[in-house]
Amino acid sequence: MTEVTSDALAAYAGFQPAIAPPQPTRAARVMRLMLRQPLGTMGAIVLLVMLFAAVFAPYLSPYDPTAGDPAALYKPPSALYWLGTDAFGRDILSRLIYGARISLIVGFGASILGVVVGTAIGVTSGYFGGWYDSIAQRVMDAMLAFPMLLLALAMAAALGSSVHNVIIALAMPIVPRAARISRASTLVLKTTTFIEASRAIGCSNLRTIVQHILPNTFAPLLVIATAYLGLAIVQEAALDYLGAGIQEPQPSWGLMMSGSATSLALTAPWIVLFPGLAITLVVLASNLLGDAIRDVLDPKLQRTNL
Amino acid sequence: MVGYLAQRLATGFVTLFGVALIVFLVMRVIPGDAAVMMSGAGSGVVSQEELQQVRHQLGIDRPLVVQFADWATHVGKLDFGTSLRTGSPVIEDISRRFPYTLEIVVLSMIIAVGLGVPAGVLSAWLAGTWVDRILQTITIVGLAAPSFWIGLLFILGLVFFFHWSAPLFWQPIWMDPLASLSQLIWPSLAVGLRQLALIRTARAKGLSERRVVFRHALWNGALPIITLIGFEIAALFGSLIITESVFSVPGLGQYVVQSILDRDYPAAQGIILILAAIVVLGNLAVDMLYGLLDPRTRVQGARA
Repeated sequence: MTEVTSDALAAYAGFQPAIAPPQPTRAARVMRLMLRQPLGTMGAIVLLVMLFAAVFAPYLSPYDPTAGDPAALYKPPSALYWLGTDAFGRDILSRLIYGARISLIVGFGASILGVVVGTAIGVTSGYFGGWYDSIAQRVMDAMLAFPMLLLALAMAAALGSSVHNVIIALAMPIVPRAARISRASTLVLKTTTFIEASRAIGCSNLRTIVQHILPNTFAPLLVIATAYLGLAIVQEAALDYLGAGIQEPQPSWGLMMSGSATSLALTAPWIVLFPGLAITLVVLASNLLGDAIRDVLDPKLQRTNL
Repeated sequence: MVGYLAQRLATGFVTLFGVALIVFLVMRVIPGDAAVMMSGAGSGVVSQEELQQVRHQLGIDRPLVVQFADWATHVGKLDFGTSLRTGSPVIEDISRRFPYTLEIVVLSMIIAVGLGVPAGVLSAWLAGTWVDRILQTITIVGLAAPSFWIGLLFILGLVFFFHWSAPLFWQPIWMDPLASLSQLIWPSLAVGLRQLALIRTARAKGLSERRVVFRHALWNGALPIITLIGFEIAALFGSLIITESVFSVPGLGQYVVQSILDRDYPAAQGIILILAAIVVLGNLAVDMLYGLLDPRTRVQGARA
């Protein structure tokens, strides 16, 4: 009786001897993901470049963004001023580079704050239910009935215009939307056996929520956070444009466009043109990145503008 | 259906009460009250006593509960109180400005549906070709551009190429329909182009129905588009508010922005409450319409 080795068995069954398939390295997996989502990759690159510009603004910008040259008012784009100068003789390019700081801080800040607060409300109200849930749901419904910009405008006016107040104001409209989605996924999770098991072995409510529910709501929340990143940046610009956000002489993209377009049209259209292009580019980049993240994390999720 | 409608109306009412409460409280948190704004304090000319007197006249020195009850009574009487700036009932200010806003809403909806749906269907019809690619690119870029920037570019272009100037007097539609339409077509176009999300929906729907007859594709496309319009009402107000400010159209959008910035409590509260009511009722109407068009959703809706 010959000894039956596993190799022999495998050969008998028509299998190759066990050579482990090469495990793709982390970098290779990321590479493949990037190739499959070229638009999302482009979006990520644009955002990284903007982030780089924002961080190293003092080294990159050719001029002081707040100090104007009285001898160079309304100068068109030239070799000296690449994107021209504004009504105070300030270099538009330098203001755009510094403005990226405010836009990105407010954009990321508002979407992260809104999603964190919204998730806290949504997960707890879905988990505990009862009267707390009913009250939280009614408040969220009321907040959803506001036009997003109006809620942010009223909050910004109420809190006063500083960067962190604008972040709070813009996070407000995101809260109910994040709360809704995290509540819905908590309700689904609550019925699964592993949550039941975690409660059966005596996990506290806090431990169940933090260790078992939160990690499972992460994917849809990341999708919302990126989706609202672009929206928060646009709304911030709108607040600044209306005069309820960041104030002069700070360089902000929205603020750079406020003033009379009618009179600028013939003298200096570049003042309005370039900040808008910058906003469009960032928002486009974050939308593309958001779409890619959604496709990767949850292909079944619908393509709607939540 | 009737029971469902009653239940939805009741929830809608509770929601609106919540909106009223939030608006009221947020407006009271705003630093610097209307008395300060009106009497131009900060110049140092106005004494504290005089300020207190103005506050008393405006009735904003009373306890918050009393003020809220007072406001609620005015809302119940449908006059929404007296504007602190103009001194006339808020409802009068609103009804004077409403026609302009309504005209922009209707025009921009016509533009959005008139351009968006055919473009979406065309895009689905020619899926994969360069026409489809161009249309999709326009949609994605268009959705990223801020609406007030699009409005500003319109003004730049109009002034630059046609020596257009912003009208000093905006014609109401009943005085001179043609003049009014030709004035408001530009802001409407700027708002309408923002609703390009329609192309995406119409395309997605059209793709799955490509082999079916054209008419059917359009009809089936109607359902998701109606839903989207429901979603978009609130977003539409957002772009309306800022586009009206860009073009300085004397509509509701400009009114609400000015009221908030000037701390005109009754005016801001009234108009925000009305806008929220339109959103709530609009969503309700969309749900009802959905039930009529697609019997399958009706049963689910009744159970929910």
